[in-house]
Amino acid sequence: MTDHSGDTRSHPAQILAPNEWGGMSFQERMATAEFRIHHQAHIVVDGSVCEGCSTRECIVACPANLFIPTSDGGIVFNHEQCFECGTCYLVCNNEGAISWNYPEGGHGVVFRRT
Amino acid sequence: MTDETTATDVDVIVVGGGPAGSCAALVAARAGLSVVLLERGPFPGSKNMYGGVVYPRILDELIPNWWEEAPIQRWVTRRSTMLLTDTQALTVDFRAEAWGKPPYNGATAFRPDFDNWLAGHAQAAGAQLITSTTATGLLRDNTGKVVGVRTDRPDGDLHAHVVIACDGVNSFLSKEAGLYEHTDAKHFTLGVKETLALPKDVIDERFGVRGREGVDIEIIGATGGVNGGGFLYTNLDTIAVGVVLKLNKLGSQQQRPEQIIASLKQHSAIAPLVQDGELKEYSAHLIPEAGLKMMPKMTTDGMLVAGDAAALCLAAGIWLEGVNFAMASGMYAGETAVEAVRAGDTSAGGLAGYQRRLSDTFVLRDHRKLRRAPELVLSDRVQHLYPGMVANVVERMFRVDNPTPKPGVRRILNQERKRAGVRRRDLLRDGWTGFRSFG
Repeated sequence: MTDHSGDTRSHPAQILAPNEWGGMSFQERMATAEFRIHHQAHIVVDGSVCEGCSTRECIVACPANLFIPTSDGGIVFNHEQCFECGTCYLVCNNEGAISWNYPEGGHGVVFRRT
Repeated sequence: MTDETTATDVDVIVVGGGPAGSCAALVAARAGLSVVLLERGPFPGSKNMYGGVVYPRILDELIPNWWEEAPIQRWVTRRSTMLLTDTQALTVDFRAEAWGKPPYNGATAFRPDFDNWLAGHAQAAGAQLITSTTATGLLRDNTGKVVGVRTDRPDGDLHAHVVIACDGVNSFLSKEAGLYEHTDAKHFTLGVKETLALPKDVIDERFGVRGREGVDIEIIGATGGVNGGGFLYTNLDTIAVGVVLKLNKLGSQQQRPEQIIASLKQHSAIAPLVQDGELKEYSAHLIPEAGLKMMPKMTTDGMLVAGDAAALCLAAGIWLEGVNFAMASGMYAGETAVEAVRAGDTSAGGLAGYQRRLSDTFVLRDHRKLRRAPELVLSDRVQHLYPGMVANVVERMFRVDNPTPKPGVRRILNQERKRAGVRRRDLLRDGWTGFRSFG
């Protein structure tokens, strides 16, 4: 169903509640949706801007859990399984931290049964 | 503005193959205009998700007997509003046999199916559908008038007399055109949903329906500390359960969306309905929730905005509608484009009929009438205090505490109001707001 090959990202529990709900891992949950991944990221996060952020709401609010805090206080972002919803740039209160675009035509999430 | 200096490729470019875009393209193409319908996904509907019910009566005039061919899952013949606390549930449940027969009322459908079907009608009317193509920006002439769009195809500039932006809740085109004064997280909710597979007969039995009859349950008090609402509805052999969460509360409450769905699914009133459902698709989408408070200017020189792009989504508690507002606004945008192209004036003045059409029909009349409702429904009192208060009142009314005699309802009301920490004047004020909005 999904084009996502070899999920190498880790979703450590970090400060968040565990990503284990309803008897399945978050990776399994995300694998139910189809993503046609483009190599070029449509969303770019400037992690250095995030270092001074006190709220970090993107980490909790992103439904695809794509914002991962780093040990040095920054945030890393992976664009691959993005729902293209827009939550992150709307909750972000740091100007310039998130550059948001749509993926190249034909790429990104492909909903089927929703 | 009759002197079009730039050569145009087509009369009308519609950006976005959702319900707004397809209706706009359908109307314009049927009137004989040349129309391009751009869709960034591999097929129309592939980027779209919603809270479950489409009310298609607006299609009566565009596609007669649409119900004979529309790819719907079930006809909603049973509509419930449920109020939850952690341990209680109060449901108002309504059934109408008439809603299971033509012309029907609401239907559940998969948006990728429904939107694709509607786009097919636009194509059949002569619109040229171009998929897998993102409109990346506006083209303007030296007066600032919108004269087309740039796409991500090589040599992908397209020129037209009118651009109709139906590019969804994030509408970068309307923002680029300066039609939104500002966008604010508090005007949006995030919808997240699980589509769960269950055998059809199990669904029929659990939800008390047969054949193509379906159920839509809207839930308040289901979202923990985050203001919002829940929903549960039936498809043919899947059910959908999800929540709608106020964006500016989600992050600050430190609760993840899938976590909030998980607690809803564990509620004693919901668990038996969703039990053993196998997750088939997890999805998420934003909803423009604030109605008139957030709506952009919908017309500018050479361009109209429709659907979610224009924040035309009605999130008013017991009324939760969007696809119908999208279809109607798209239709009116299409009609206006036809009128303007024929008159040779596609300036904002030439396109002024759009605003008039929206104002004269349910599109803006419903929004004006219910302008106070979205804020009331998502207010802290309605979200966090009233569900518990009401549920306690009902529990005490039906609890038999013998040998203690039954207390009067008025006394219970007063005691529970105080216990919930609700001030009488706030309750009266909210009641009055509700009455003025919904009455």
